[in-house]
Amino acid sequence: MVTRTVLTPEDIRRAVGRIAHEILERNRGPDGVVLVGMRTRGVPLAARLAAAIQEFEGQAVPVGALDIGLYRDDIPAMDLRPQIKPTELPTDIHGKRVVLVDDVLYTGRSIRAALDALIDFGRPASIQLAVLVDRGHRELPIRADYVGKNIPTALGEDVQVLLEETDGRDEVLVEPVLSEAEGTGEGER
Amino acid sequence: MREERSAAGAIAALEVKSTWTRRHVLDLDDFSRAEIDAVMETTDAMKEVLAREVPRVPALRGKTIVTLFYEASTRTRASFELAAKALGADVINIAASGSSVQKGESLYDTVRTLQAVGAQMLVMRHGSSGAPYLVARHVEMNVVNAGDGWHAHPTQGLLDIYTMRSHLGDLRGKRVVIVGDIAHSRVARSNIWGLTNLGADVVVCAPPTLLPFGMWPGAVTAEEPLALPRVTVETDLDSAVEGADVVMALRLQLERMTAGLLPSLREYARLYQVNEERLARARTGALVMHPGPMNEGVEISPAVARSLQSTIEEQVTNGVAVRMAVLYLLARGKP
Repeated sequence: MVTRTVLTPEDIRRAVGRIAHEILERNRGPDGVVLVGMRTRGVPLAARLAAAIQEFEGQAVPVGALDIGLYRDDIPAMDLRPQIKPTELPTDIHGKRVVLVDDVLYTGRSIRAALDALIDFGRPASIQLAVLVDRGHRELPIRADYVGKNIPTALGEDVQVLLEETDGRDEVLVEPVLSEAEGTGEGER
Repeated sequence: MREERSAAGAIAALEVKSTWTRRHVLDLDDFSRAEIDAVMETTDAMKEVLAREVPRVPALRGKTIVTLFYEASTRTRASFELAAKALGADVINIAASGSSVQKGESLYDTVRTLQAVGAQMLVMRHGSSGAPYLVARHVEMNVVNAGDGWHAHPTQGLLDIYTMRSHLGDLRGKRVVIVGDIAHSRVARSNIWGLTNLGADVVVCAPPTLLPFGMWPGAVTAEEPLALPRVTVETDLDSAVEGADVVMALRLQLERMTAGLLPSLREYARLYQVNEERLARARTGALVMHPGPMNEGVEISPAVARSLQSTIEEQVTNGVAVRMAVLYLLARGKP
């Protein structure tokens, strides 16, 4: 198997624009919407969605960053980079429509952890999920409300989301699996 | 395509820069800068947890942590217990007095018993230097040294470094003056290891009788290297604090002093107390630190201890977050 590009920079830009429109449509505008990006790559994606919403509506929506490290139940036997960062929510999420943003939706376990983490901060009116890539293989009853692209993958493959802000360029790759320690760019495993 | 693979590989390499494979935290002498950074970064996240309305996360749910203290302690023990509970762990506190230690059980048998009842992590304080090292060799549990004799108190060193970094940023070239009973101080030793590793300019100041043997003027020779990194040794506090970024006063450990080390407490206070006049020689806004418990009016004046420059209470608060970080990293990195 060889590495293949599944989303180009233009594809990513269009997907983000479309998801921003869908969020506005579903929530009837930007009022009460809070975008919360999941570390690491959900955070720049949330910022891009906020910028797109600002462009379409002329109104800023609050953007936060969520770290789920302390809520994960799928601890690898030996996590070589267990670092966690603070969760930063710009506003009280009580009563808000929170849109969780992540790069890849896979087993759903990260999202399960994110829901636990989020609910520790208050009771939102609703929680929706936006992902750039849905690669399938769910292990929990979780689905995304907004999907950039559905990419059917084999279990032995690795989906890498590269973003300008974290990796220097925009691209989504599917490649044969790397060894455990090298794996990167995947929202969950 | 091949080039892209290697670019992605380089990114992965960047991300794993602060790897954590440590099973025990016994002292800071074997900590890399990357490991210190990992603790500092994780501590930031723990501070955020502690600031919440309900400061509790499930990260160590199902883990059992034992604190085993053979020496008195208020803040260290309370802060380890709070740290463990904030991470959702179960905590068992054991003091040597009131345990089977009083019936004559050995340290070895005590820790094996704690392991057998199901503890995964052991936080221990012992009067004998090196005791946690002995324990770490004989148990599967993660061992955290909460103070061993005169030797080391690594989590205190880490919380002091965290406190300094939060005010001063990068510690390279910063003048950190540690004043007082260096000889008996495990806090001083762990700070010296951590701070010199981060490039701080460490100055120790004490009467010669309260300096470790190897720090006596002229004592360090090529044949007799000091078992600590090189620091500047001063016996005059006025010149030591000149231009200091941090002045850390240590408690005079009367319980560890045999006899004849000091003529009188009053003389010690006159020559070595961190007070307002002396602090005026330090850099404007220099931090005043103390690991506690304080003998106010001896090593530190009450006015200085309560001044705006004092980080003494902040150190205690940061202590909980730093210990959460250490427990979390140990639990997470364990194979």
